[in-house]
Amino acid sequence: MTVVIDNLSKPSPVQRNGPESASERARRRGDAGKSLYKPRTPIYPKLVHGRWRRIKWALLIVMLAIYYVTPWIRWPRPAGLPQQAVLVDFDGGRFYVFGLQLWPQEVYFITGLLVMAALALFLVTALFGRLWCGYACPQTVWTDLYIYVERLFEGDRNARMRLDAAAWSFGKLWRKAGKHLVWLGVAFGTGGAWIFYFRDAPTLLREFWTGAAPATSYVSCALLTATTYVFAGHMREQVCTYMCPWPRIQGAMLDPHSLQVTYRYDRGEPRGAHKKGADWTGRGDCIDCHACVVACPMGIDIRNGPQMECINCGLCIDACDEIMVRVGRPRALIAFDTDAAVAERAVGRPPRYRLVRARTAFYALALTVVSGLMLWGLATRQMLDLHALRDRNPTFVRLHDGSIRNAYTLKIANKTFAPQRVTIRFRGVPGAQVRAAGEAADGPVTAVVPANQVLALRVLVTAPPDRLTAPSLPATFDVRGLGLDAAARTVFLSEAP
Amino acid sequence: MSNRELDQHSGAETTGHEWDGIKELDTPLPRWWLWAFYGCIAWAVVYWVLMPAWPGIHGYTHGLLGKSDRAALSGELEHLNQARGAQLVQLRNASLEQIEADPKLLDYAMQVGQSVFGDNCATCHGAGGGGGKGYPNLRDDVWLWGGSLEEIQKTITVGVRAGNPHARPAVLMPAFGRDLMLKPDQIDDLTEYVVALSHRNADPAAVGRARQTFAYQCSACHGPVGTGDQSRGIPNLTDADWLYGSSREAIHDQIWNGHAGAMPTWEARLSPETIKALAVYVHANAGGDAAPARRTHPDTAAADAGK
Repeated sequence: MTVVIDNLSKPSPVQRNGPESASERARRRGDAGKSLYKPRTPIYPKLVHGRWRRIKWALLIVMLAIYYVTPWIRWPRPAGLPQQAVLVDFDGGRFYVFGLQLWPQEVYFITGLLVMAALALFLVTALFGRLWCGYACPQTVWTDLYIYVERLFEGDRNARMRLDAAAWSFGKLWRKAGKHLVWLGVAFGTGGAWIFYFRDAPTLLREFWTGAAPATSYVSCALLTATTYVFAGHMREQVCTYMCPWPRIQGAMLDPHSLQVTYRYDRGEPRGAHKKGADWTGRGDCIDCHACVVACPMGIDIRNGPQMECINCGLCIDACDEIMVRVGRPRALIAFDTDAAVAERAVGRPPRYRLVRARTAFYALALTVVSGLMLWGLATRQMLDLHALRDRNPTFVRLHDGSIRNAYTLKIANKTFAPQRVTIRFRGVPGAQVRAAGEAADGPVTAVVPANQVLALRVLVTAPPDRLTAPSLPATFDVRGLGLDAAARTVFLSEAP
Repeated sequence: MSNRELDQHSGAETTGHEWDGIKELDTPLPRWWLWAFYGCIAWAVVYWVLMPAWPGIHGYTHGLLGKSDRAALSGELEHLNQARGAQLVQLRNASLEQIEADPKLLDYAMQVGQSVFGDNCATCHGAGGGGGKGYPNLRDDVWLWGGSLEEIQKTITVGVRAGNPHARPAVLMPAFGRDLMLKPDQIDDLTEYVVALSHRNADPAAVGRARQTFAYQCSACHGPVGTGDQSRGIPNLTDADWLYGSSREAIHDQIWNGHAGAMPTWEARLSPETIKALAVYVHANAGGDAAPARRTHPDTAAADAGK
């Protein structure tokens, strides 16, 4: 069923009385042809209380805790290896995540993780709207934290507006200075925590304060301090609206059946001021109090319908619910709802919610397939890895007795934390003999691959010419260690007919 | 500007452009973007002052920081040479066998060798050392002048037929046909004989006729059974390796014209350390055999021993 959203039944944002949202104010001042550039309209989000605000606080604490605590978790590994649970070790060329250690050539696991993250984002957005933007994105989390600090120093919305409008005084000065100092402190903490993911955290902490840390640590810390302070303190909603591509992409993820923060205009309109005790018949539940508008950290009016700026944080739901309870009307005039449901209610039909749709089913399926591939990849991950690089110039040589020799460089990666003694065999070419370069005679090739390292081994394979049946014969190198083995396919070249 | 059309839905101005009824909104850039743009311009001005920026008639503006990629490069090269100095000393003091046995020194020698080989040797021997007609393949186990580390080092140092006073005695293959030393039919028979030497099927009658010619004309250098002599760079005719080609035509041409290759003496152009590294590189690439024996076909070896 196709649901046509009737925009005409919605209130037009252009001709409307009462206070405007920040974006409307900006539009009126800047977009109306006075200037080529749009002035920034300050947004003073009012503190709300309610279910979504509590969830947002809880997630803020969880997200920040994950970010700050993770590098300090220790994980036992053999001596000489990092003891840090999560570490991107650029110097050693390894990525450690608890019991898993990834090598640079296994970057496809990271790719897979990113693909999973993207698909999960698509799925969640198609189902529930931009929950990522509203609750989990670092920009949201840190902005929320910065607004909390701002409120500590300057008070809530009205106090902040008064303070900004007031002339400079000692009171204004210390409040502003205090706020910026704490902001900078938080920003420094953010940048400071970031670098611990890339070097042993306790060591780096000591090095950092004694000036012994590498320059990249100081530069990274300074960069993240600056971006945190600028983005979370000053840019805020501008980052989401102008710098982030996600608000534009979301249009392709959402459909009329996606749950998102929605003003139920079918119930709310016609809106208007309401005197206590007055009759509710013939009018909507919206009393036009602007509680939703002043609570919005993005400075929009949710009653104008879904908008690109909306991050789906649900703070307007809390704000509206508080008012609805006070005026004695049911909650959820603004709620997580679908456009389709609102449209159906508007024409008197019972709303239907469809979580399973072709779109969500496809995202879920794709997510399941990629997750399955990842799990399968991790479960069958080879701890011994072999690559055979054939000499390409010359591709083969003829020896004194006419036999044909190909040379290969074997790269044997030992991903375990113990040295591995391995035996190398060559299969696929009749009569072929293998030897390690530098050995005087053919024979079994054995080598010891050091723990957690790659051994490059040059081997020479010689075959009698009369048993070569094709100029290029498929062949296989086998490497066998104690309970571990690996194989690599290659070819044996000659000038056989 | 004020008479521009307003979009009914968003209230924003349109640019007036229209495609199939869809109008483009004239969404203004945020003011901070403008300031970021001015900031970039200011940064450019600061950059002109601090860094080399403007070309002039005699040189360019150097900038207050005095940055110069050219100076930085020569500094880096100097630093590199200092860092390499220690390894060069090691290379000088170690024997060829010691270099090959020490993984770190071997790695260094291989890198030096690869670079020097590419610059000097690849022209004739090929980038990978695979050789070509008239230019020996350095990757196989056949060596005109010996394949031990010392012999390779010696060959690189003195060259081949390059007039070096320390060179080993070299002989020239006569042009038996061109210089009318043998008759054409004798050369035809001799070609069959040489084919037979390398354990291939040949015309027995021709081989029989050529036996005496080979003994008189060829065996002085190539030996009674044709196994050659590495001390004088004389090729072994019994193996599967043919510098000028293995076909009858190629062998006939070689007897007729007597080609002889030459290689420059590298003593004057490459330092002893470089030649050492190059010898190790060539030796390792050919298989790195510790003691390459003189390679002879088993059948010939038996004949040689029984002589």
